[in-house]
Amino acid sequence: MDYVLTEEQRLLQDLARQVAEERIKPVRAELDEQEIFPADLMQEMAQADLFGIIIPEEYGGLGLGCLESCLVLEAIGAACVGVGTTYAATFLGAYPLLLFGSEAQKSHYLPKLVRGEQLAAFALTESQAGSDAGAIQTTAVRDGDFYVLNGTKQWITNAGEAGLYTIIALTDRAKGPRGASAFVVQADDPGVSFGKKEQKMGIRASATREIFFQNCRIPADRLIGKEGMGFIIALKTLDYARPGIGALALGLAQGALDEAVIFARQRQQFGHAIIAFQAVQHILADMAIQIEAARALIYSVARFIDQNPKDFAKEAAVAKVFATDVAMRVTTDAVQILGGHGYMREYPVEKMMRDAKIFQIFEGTNQILRNIIGQALNKEYAKKRS
Amino acid sequence: MMKIIVCLKQVPESQSVRLDPVTHNLQREGVKSIINPFDLYALEEGLRVREEHGGEVIVLSMGPPQAASALREALTYGADRAILLSDRAFAGADTWATAYTLAAAVRRLDGADLIFCGKQAIDGDTAQVGPELAAFLDIPHVAWARKLIFADTGLLQVERLLDHGYDLVEVQLPALITVVKEINTPRLPSFKAKLRAKSAQIPVWTAADLGLAAERVGFEGSFTRVVKVFPPPARGQRELLDGTPEEMAAALWARLRQWRGQ
Repeated sequence: MDYVLTEEQRLLQDLARQVAEERIKPVRAELDEQEIFPADLMQEMAQADLFGIIIPEEYGGLGLGCLESCLVLEAIGAACVGVGTTYAATFLGAYPLLLFGSEAQKSHYLPKLVRGEQLAAFALTESQAGSDAGAIQTTAVRDGDFYVLNGTKQWITNAGEAGLYTIIALTDRAKGPRGASAFVVQADDPGVSFGKKEQKMGIRASATREIFFQNCRIPADRLIGKEGMGFIIALKTLDYARPGIGALALGLAQGALDEAVIFARQRQQFGHAIIAFQAVQHILADMAIQIEAARALIYSVARFIDQNPKDFAKEAAVAKVFATDVAMRVTTDAVQILGGHGYMREYPVEKMMRDAKIFQIFEGTNQILRNIIGQALNKEYAKKRS
Repeated sequence: MMKIIVCLKQVPESQSVRLDPVTHNLQREGVKSIINPFDLYALEEGLRVREEHGGEVIVLSMGPPQAASALREALTYGADRAILLSDRAFAGADTWATAYTLAAAVRRLDGADLIFCGKQAIDGDTAQVGPELAAFLDIPHVAWARKLIFADTGLLQVERLLDHGYDLVEVQLPALITVVKEINTPRLPSFKAKLRAKSAQIPVWTAADLGLAAERVGFEGSFTRVVKVFPPPARGQRELLDGTPEEMAAALWARLRQWRGQ
């Protein structure tokens, strides 16, 4: 289907597809099996300008928007969402600066991200604060021209690999969630250390670790925005990032469908290629229907976001939930189409099905996101009645 | 600062090449064209030298008008500018006439510090044009380079790959280097370069622009003729035996007896 992309968007999509085909696909199985962090690939992607997509031109970026970032994430996701998550996590870490950072912070940090000199990470989650993000315990106490951070962040993508971290910590415990603030922390700041690499079910090319802050003393100008804005910054960051997560999942689903169709055309049973059987055709058709619907939704939401609406939390959540649920179903069906072959690690759909699960969990579980959508509906209809 | 020229050739993608059964010419219609793969390594090395020493990378190709697309692709990898040598008079050139024409273009560019070529093209497979170009320009050349080292002496040290090991040779610039694929890993295109390449002007130089007489270029200026092109004769039926040495020996004995008609 033709989504009426501009020539510039198509050039970007071609480039991302080339990266996926030539650089990621040949190594994805090895990265997964041996849990290798794709540092070299990140360098190559930076050299191809792919780290600059959402970064304004004055900081060396391309100054493009949500749709362009979704096109790239979809293409990368079709090859490997472990690599894609690693790549996308830098955007997640960069959004707080992009949206709320001072000029000095932006001009200091963003060009390094564009050039691939540093990856970024975003750290909100803690052991007791997952879906209930308001329960975070990490504190940042003002001490003259410094803040002193203490606490532990958990399951942070790119932790230990990134140079730049945006952290949500409490500056005023008494105020609860309104007492949270966002900070920039560098990997080499005193008092920052990292836990062991977590062993995951999927997206095993990506690195996930704890971050420990032990009397981590950072200059006061590392505060992003103002004290108390931490959760506003976190929620806006996640709103911006969610369509991208949906786009990765969309790519993953498309990659699984591609494998399933190719296999079904080759696999002979009862004297026919199995794609000749309606039972198989209907599964493939349902996969294709869901994928096209997800694509249409993601692109539409991305285009909406690119018009700078005031609030798009609901739309971003809708896009993420739908596309990631599709990815889980479609990758599971792809394994079913490939049958015994699909269950073997020799074929890529086994990895795809393992990789899909996290997309229903991270960046807001699909249950929490349904809460967001439900609450938004409640508000919208309350307004209509009045 | 280095002035670097990279010569590249547009070739048919090897998997899709067919010979016309009647004329024995390569069938180019409907066949996907690519940059000769070895030339991508030459381009990458040119770009690396530019990044290290500053300067510019000019890509140069002789071919039909559609060869401009290969040059445009080279620009997406970060070459600074491209020049196409294209003229009906250039058609049918052998390696001599090709190198003669390229040499005129290099002179029109006022020469270069370094000229890079791939070790050979995957269609003609002659590996002659690079060294011939150096000869026409009266500069030294080193073929099959797998590593360049810029020595403090101002000389360029080149490791040239051989079947068993390598030569280390020193050469004075300007020089022409042909490269093997072991020399580097070609980069990806960049988005900014793709955008620039889309609208880049690629000048086309003709025989007249180069001041070359028609009888010195193309088919007329060629000393060699392709008399016949033929596929190698098909090999006889082959079979690989497996199993233990005893089983394989027994199977072989059975086949031999069978072929003798027993």
